[in-house]
Amino acid sequence: MTAAAEGSPPLRMTRARRNALLQSEPVQGFALISPTFLYALILLVLPILVVIAHSFWTQHYLTIDRTFTLENYRVALTEPIYRDLLWRSLYISLTVSFFTVILAYPIAYFISFHGGRHKSLWLFLITIPFWTSYLLRVMSWKVILGYNGVLNSGLMGLGIIDEPSTALLYNSTAVIITLTHAWAAFAILPIFVSLEKVDRTLVEAATDLGDGPLRSFLRVTLPLSAPGVISAALIVMIPTVGDYVTPKLVGGKDGVMIANAIQAQFGKAANWPLGAALSVTTMLIVTLMAGATVLIIRALQRLAR
Amino acid sequence: MRARRFLSGGWLSVYAFLYVVFLYLPVIFLPIFSINTAPTPKFPLTGFTLQWYADLPHTPALLDAAWNSLKVGVSASILATVLGILAARSITRYRYPGRRTINGLIMAPLVLPEVIVAISMLLVMLQLGLSLSLFTVVLGHVLVCIPYSMTVLTSGFEGFDRSLEEASADLGESAFGTFRRVTLPMVAPAIISSLLVCFTISLDEFIIAFFLTGTEATLPIYIWGQLRFASKLPGVLALGTLLLVASFLLMTVAEILRRRAARRTQNEGGLYA
Repeated sequence: MTAAAEGSPPLRMTRARRNALLQSEPVQGFALISPTFLYALILLVLPILVVIAHSFWTQHYLTIDRTFTLENYRVALTEPIYRDLLWRSLYISLTVSFFTVILAYPIAYFISFHGGRHKSLWLFLITIPFWTSYLLRVMSWKVILGYNGVLNSGLMGLGIIDEPSTALLYNSTAVIITLTHAWAAFAILPIFVSLEKVDRTLVEAATDLGDGPLRSFLRVTLPLSAPGVISAALIVMIPTVGDYVTPKLVGGKDGVMIANAIQAQFGKAANWPLGAALSVTTMLIVTLMAGATVLIIRALQRLAR
Repeated sequence: MRARRFLSGGWLSVYAFLYVVFLYLPVIFLPIFSINTAPTPKFPLTGFTLQWYADLPHTPALLDAAWNSLKVGVSASILATVLGILAARSITRYRYPGRRTINGLIMAPLVLPEVIVAISMLLVMLQLGLSLSLFTVVLGHVLVCIPYSMTVLTSGFEGFDRSLEEASADLGESAFGTFRRVTLPMVAPAIISSLLVCFTISLDEFIIAFFLTGTEATLPIYIWGQLRFASKLPGVLALGTLLLVASFLLMTVAEILRRRAARRTQNEGGLYA
């Protein structure tokens, strides 16, 4: 502020106003975010609370009995059909995130360490397929893996098989392949971001101190990129547990997952409390899995040091 | 020595190439089979035709779905972007207690299974006696679009030089005037980028729309209905190819604008940074 500005009354006014504004920064900030915050409260938090409440109630045809009960959870956790679906969802989701992260790491590493000027072009190239309709990407895998599909007709054309194989589609492997493809971009980006933050001088220092490239990678780069690996694993794992479209389109009988059962309870079966209990159980499993993943990767990270 | 070569990029570039092929593999088949004469998608191709594309404008159900998707997409992207601007501005500009928690809550739809988000909203709407319509679909789409809008806008707002606004205020401009004449032009590319990203998401979003829609279908719902009939597949592939091209164009423009916005505020970082 110049001396001349201090002397002029209108400017002192705006300055005073500005000071008042800065003092009420928390108020200003909160007021500004409150519409978005309220939107999330009313359309996300409230609905989830309603679902949790329903999971402790019972449905008698069209009326809901609001007496507290754990019966829905007993059914969800012990009835073979739901238990199997929960296990399968868990297995598929863990397998998918394992493969997605393992496959994504080298490409994220390549872009970050060898991408040079073309880093952002590479990233864009990788995100494009992700921006095409999810439904159509899943359906495309059906076209590839189907009885009359690309893979079968290709293998037959090459003379490797005599008749089309039915083993490719309508099972949990097809679900795993499709989901691994669908979530690839989501795994690459967080790993890339954390690799970008790795201080290159640390890698050089390790090499100068006699670590080979593999050792310096295992002891410096990999542990430092662990946060990216954690978020990649979580970003893939959490949504895939509740995937609905892929099991429905390529899963067949053996690839159905928990989301399909939840939908059935809210649809044809019309048992909202059981559907709610299945949803809450799925959310709990997701939370446990997420927590366990973070702990395991952190432990491995410490081990590397 | 082998490890050095292995990590030095030679093998990695081969891997990167194969990986990109894997990523594009299913996407490539949409346009290929959409111009094939045979209705079943298999090799060898039987001949070239544009018939499946020519049929599209003569399908009333499809045109209705496209119109519905347009209405939903435009409303959802505007609403989500307005709410995104408020939140992103608040997060990047002000410091206050609870900021991180609120931000986490707003970003939560990104890390919740979509089915559960959809089912919870459905349950509340049924309880309140709200009839399902395109409006309820918009409500759901706004919720899932806000996190993406926030990411784009935060990267546009962050590193914003606050002294520019202060200079404007010092020169006698009102708070609104400052916002309109200084802040807005700086972040305009990020705002347009957010609108395009949200529109693309809404255009492709299926699960929320599937659970929250009444009788009016959006494009993904229409496609879902058509998938039951094998004979309708080529038409779906043609439609899918058009949607792919549309998404690609929208996302390219969005990315160019986001980068321009980030460059203006001297801030680096990608859509997911």
